[in-house]
Amino acid sequence: MVNTKVNLLGIELDNPVIPASGTFGYGYEFSGLYDINCLGTFSFKGTTKEPRFGNPTPRIAECTAGMINAVGLQNPGVHKVIEEELPKLKKCFNKKVMANVSGFSVEEYAYTCELLDKQEQVGWLEVNVSCPNVHGGGMSFGTQPSAAAEVTRAVKKVTNKPIIIKLSPNVTDIVSIAKACEDAGADGISLINTMLGMRIDLNRKKPIIANVMGGFSGSAIFPVALRMVYQVSSAVKIPVVGMGGVSSADDVIEMMLAGATAVEVGAYNLVNPYACRDIINDLPTAMQKYKINSLSEIIGGAKV
Amino acid sequence: MKQVIFEIKNNKPLNAQIMEMTLAGDNQGVKAGQFINIKIDGFYLRRPISVCEIVDGGLKIIYKIVGKGTEVLSRMKTGEKLDVLIGLGNGYDLTLSGDKPLLIGGGVGVPPMYELCKQLIAQGKQVTVILGFNAKSEIFYEKEFENLGAKVLVTTADGSYGIKGFVTDAMKGLDYSYFYTCGPEPMLKAVHKQSVTDGEMSFEERMGCGFGACMGCSCKTLTGNKRICKEGPVLKKGEILW
Repeated sequence: MVNTKVNLLGIELDNPVIPASGTFGYGYEFSGLYDINCLGTFSFKGTTKEPRFGNPTPRIAECTAGMINAVGLQNPGVHKVIEEELPKLKKCFNKKVMANVSGFSVEEYAYTCELLDKQEQVGWLEVNVSCPNVHGGGMSFGTQPSAAAEVTRAVKKVTNKPIIIKLSPNVTDIVSIAKACEDAGADGISLINTMLGMRIDLNRKKPIIANVMGGFSGSAIFPVALRMVYQVSSAVKIPVVGMGGVSSADDVIEMMLAGATAVEVGAYNLVNPYACRDIINDLPTAMQKYKINSLSEIIGGAKV
Repeated sequence: MKQVIFEIKNNKPLNAQIMEMTLAGDNQGVKAGQFINIKIDGFYLRRPISVCEIVDGGLKIIYKIVGKGTEVLSRMKTGEKLDVLIGLGNGYDLTLSGDKPLLIGGGVGVPPMYELCKQLIAQGKQVTVILGFNAKSEIFYEKEFENLGAKVLVTTADGSYGIKGFVTDAMKGLDYSYFYTCGPEPMLKAVHKQSVTDGEMSFEERMGCGFGACMGCSCKTLTGNKRICKEGPVLKKGEILW
């Protein structure tokens, strides 16, 4: 018998597989397809202080081995999430959930995190610092070490649960940003968010995405994500959650060898709604194939 | 929604751009006005295509070759398998049709009208169908709708067949109890304006997943935000924000 359990910041997961935020709604939408209690946990739809409709459509463009999205954080707002979405989730998911939070100011991040931190169902807060800072000239918090650290400090001050800062890959030096978050008190780092990309419609000769650019995800970005997980996990002492193009049990193992304690699966859920269930089912066979007895023992095993 | 592996029974052109494909496999629970989402080898996202007909032991779809994905689909042969998600979207509400429903399909918006027409006629309704095309060379399914027992009016924008003009030109003076429509958005908008009864219309949008997870195809309506793939593709006349 192989052991797929991992410990993510004090909470034991049956396996390291976590559907990534934005690809799994608030969970209950998938519970009609399979018993979502098979998941390690999942990261729910990026939640903000106020309700958001998001960007105009088209929001989606296909790419070779991936896709671009510019959804723009559509969500019902933290109050509705607590009042309506979490009770629905409770009926079909008996594990701790990862609360994904976005904001457009340091105060908004702190406000939303403080409320979600009090929810019994929430096990971790994953703070997405890829949003533009509306008070800071619109630059993404995640592109400057000081801004990412400021968000981390503000959130840590008002919460008790583990804070995982989710980093953007659209930076010159992701390691310096990860270290700044660690120094500011982050309990973990997750990466990578989507990569900025675009497509042009050759018939109209204009961008496909109404917002012009969007986040590129899917199996095409896996090598970049793997490289960044390797770099960041080598530089920080806190756990790293790896994601970016993961679409198989083999990819999960590769991410863990690069240094990930747990692994999120994003875009692939949109192509195969049973993706995470299938990956979890495939893990024991893949572990036997690669002569792995316990997944927790391989974390960072590829480091040279 | 469920995942079904279908076998292609038939994949044939109806005209230069339009293909008809018959799929054999589980069709349980599929409703008129719903769509299916087809995985095509070599492409990351699935291709959402409306259900034309629920046939014995399978489904029939009609699709237009618009890009590389549908081009690959058009070359697939009888006996080949397709990974498909079925039962997507809300479908049409047949309970609202009244006795004399009007069905309006424009171009590649014609196919979903077929199963709807079949079911309404089976319920004893007196169905009128308007099929709108750009030109005679693009017309398909006129006979098929007639064979169901519907009164069929065909319009062509260039006047090469039937009524010259748009579907709205054929609507003038018609007596109907309710309408159902699917077609390009400018057509839907024109039908909305021209219509004298309540009705419902099926919308299109670029989708990520097709089953409500990614929020890629959201739109605003008078009854709140809706996902075209989940709370749509069919919206009621009274809730649409143009």
